[in-house]
Amino acid sequence: MTTGLFFTQLLNGLQLGVLLFLLSAGLTLVFGIMNVVNLAHGSLYMMGAYFAAAGFNAFDGSFLAAALVAIPGTLLLGLLIERLVLASLYRRDHLDQVLATFGLILFFNEVVRYVWGASSVYMNVPSWLSGTVSLFGLPYPSYRFAIIAVGLAVGAGLYAVIHRTRVGMLIRAGASNPEMVAALGVNIKGLNTLVFGLGAALAGLAGLMAGPIVSVQAGMGEPILILTLVVIVTGGIGSIRGAFYGALIVGIVDTVGRAFLPGLLREFLDRSVAQAVGPAIASMLIYLLMATVLAFKPQGLFPVKHG
Amino acid sequence: MAESRAKPGLRAPQLFAGLLLVFLGAVPLLAAALGEPFWVTLFTRVLIFALAATGLNLVLGYGAMVSFGHAMYLGIGAYAVGILSYHGVDSGWLQLLLALGVGAAVALAVGAICLRTSGMAFIMITLAFAQMLFFLAVSLREYGGDDGMQLKGRSLFGALDLNNATVLYYLAYALLLVVLFGFWRLVNARFGMVLRGCRSNERRMGSLGFPTLRYKLSAYVLSALVCVLAGMLLANLTRFVSPSYMAWTVSGELIVMTVLGGLGTLIGPVAGAAALLLVEEGLSSLKLGVPWLDTLLNQHWLALIGLFIVFVVLVLKQGLYGWLVAREVRR
Repeated sequence: MTTGLFFTQLLNGLQLGVLLFLLSAGLTLVFGIMNVVNLAHGSLYMMGAYFAAAGFNAFDGSFLAAALVAIPGTLLLGLLIERLVLASLYRRDHLDQVLATFGLILFFNEVVRYVWGASSVYMNVPSWLSGTVSLFGLPYPSYRFAIIAVGLAVGAGLYAVIHRTRVGMLIRAGASNPEMVAALGVNIKGLNTLVFGLGAALAGLAGLMAGPIVSVQAGMGEPILILTLVVIVTGGIGSIRGAFYGALIVGIVDTVGRAFLPGLLREFLDRSVAQAVGPAIASMLIYLLMATVLAFKPQGLFPVKHG
Repeated sequence: MAESRAKPGLRAPQLFAGLLLVFLGAVPLLAAALGEPFWVTLFTRVLIFALAATGLNLVLGYGAMVSFGHAMYLGIGAYAVGILSYHGVDSGWLQLLLALGVGAAVALAVGAICLRTSGMAFIMITLAFAQMLFFLAVSLREYGGDDGMQLKGRSLFGALDLNNATVLYYLAYALLLVVLFGFWRLVNARFGMVLRGCRSNERRMGSLGFPTLRYKLSAYVLSALVCVLAGMLLANLTRFVSPSYMAWTVSGELIVMTVLGGLGTLIGPVAGAAALLLVEEGLSSLKLGVPWLDTLLNQHWLALIGLFIVFVVLVLKQGLYGWLVAREVRR
């Protein structure tokens, strides 16, 4: 195990974490304000990736065109879902929201299969990002590095919007006491639609960035949705800070765990046992982490302070 | 969700429940009479999922605990049969012992941790545990890993020959009846009253001196064990075990069945499981005579199921059977 390899895996973990953050940010905000759980967030990510691939292939390989199709596309789709389905579920319990959005997942997966076929769709890394960058003497793919940069920039931008602007103030207020904010004359429904649209656009951005490095296919939203749920529950529901740290922790623990845990176990256990147990524990690691956090801090690591 | 047994006599819900159970009991005879042996297999599946949904209903409907991970208990039951059969142990009794033992131990541990949380966090932590077990099964390369494995033979329960589809069917049917009867007694007994009390106001039940956590945990373990039994039957039906039995979508489908039929009604989950599985089967083999529409429906029926679920949530809030019961109460 060399430090170079470890460093590369750490960066890969960071890159996954940043993607997860793009997805968790929107989900956790909507949950914080309107107390709505939206399982279809993973479908928005999937649609973002498909829109991006469609734009990319229609405008012969222009990444900019992909971005211009993917982000507004998912934004509109998100607003549509919010108005048609979720808006009438705000006052209902979580069970109904889970069910309705579960139905939406099934629906979108089939829509994608119908429109783009069952096999995966490909889009390439843009040529100006296809090389490697040198980080402290280690080569690292530029595109993955760009994902990290975009994610951190979005994180900084969200921080600025939420802590430095009037809209951000309303969002924070809405997360801690929506009734009071509404009573003060703020259009809380409009605010939520705005936040939902923002979350959808971020999911679209995540889909766009992930498009070239994963295979774009129906059902690609579910594994990452579950990771996103792990992130927001571990980080503390409704908290952007929690989503940020939670995403980085989950991304790094998952990637580094998968890369090194089997090898590490081989040091202590019999080879055949380690061979069998290693991958199992590695893939269970983040769920163990989440269960441990929830068992000791049911509110998550960075809970929103109420009252 | 009100129980409508205040009025005596045979009302629409009871009539419906009775007809449904009688119909389910007659399926192998009808299938034989109509020469459609495939029906028996299809309806065994219906019965197995009805059993699992009934188990889930105890926590979901009567206890208002939204477990998004009950598919893992289906998996435990199926893998208990699969793993023992792989090592040459065909005795159904031993398999039953292992399945219930492991199931109870896992459910106790998982339930004790999960019940520390509530609401959204409870949904997610149950999902997390189910995912853990799912990935554990995927990584068990000796037992087929991702692809699952074929069973060498079905469980041996003395004189019961489970290779006979009709015998397997009636075993599932009898188990379902026993569980339904047991739950009927249970939810109307003190235990069920306390559980339903917790659903309305847990803090008040606590103040009245009930150890609410212990009641909820018992209900959780009991409901898990019913799903374990369903998992054993499922492995015997398909002669196959695979991690896909405990995929998170299966947990979702179990919730759909329970809600579709009617939460917190005894027979609701049975009706829901039958409705969902039959609609799925119907849509995937529907022939309307219009070729392009047929291929569209037969390949993409899941889209319709998805929209149907959204529709049920938005419009038909009490579920199919729950609607009958609610109508009776209004009258």
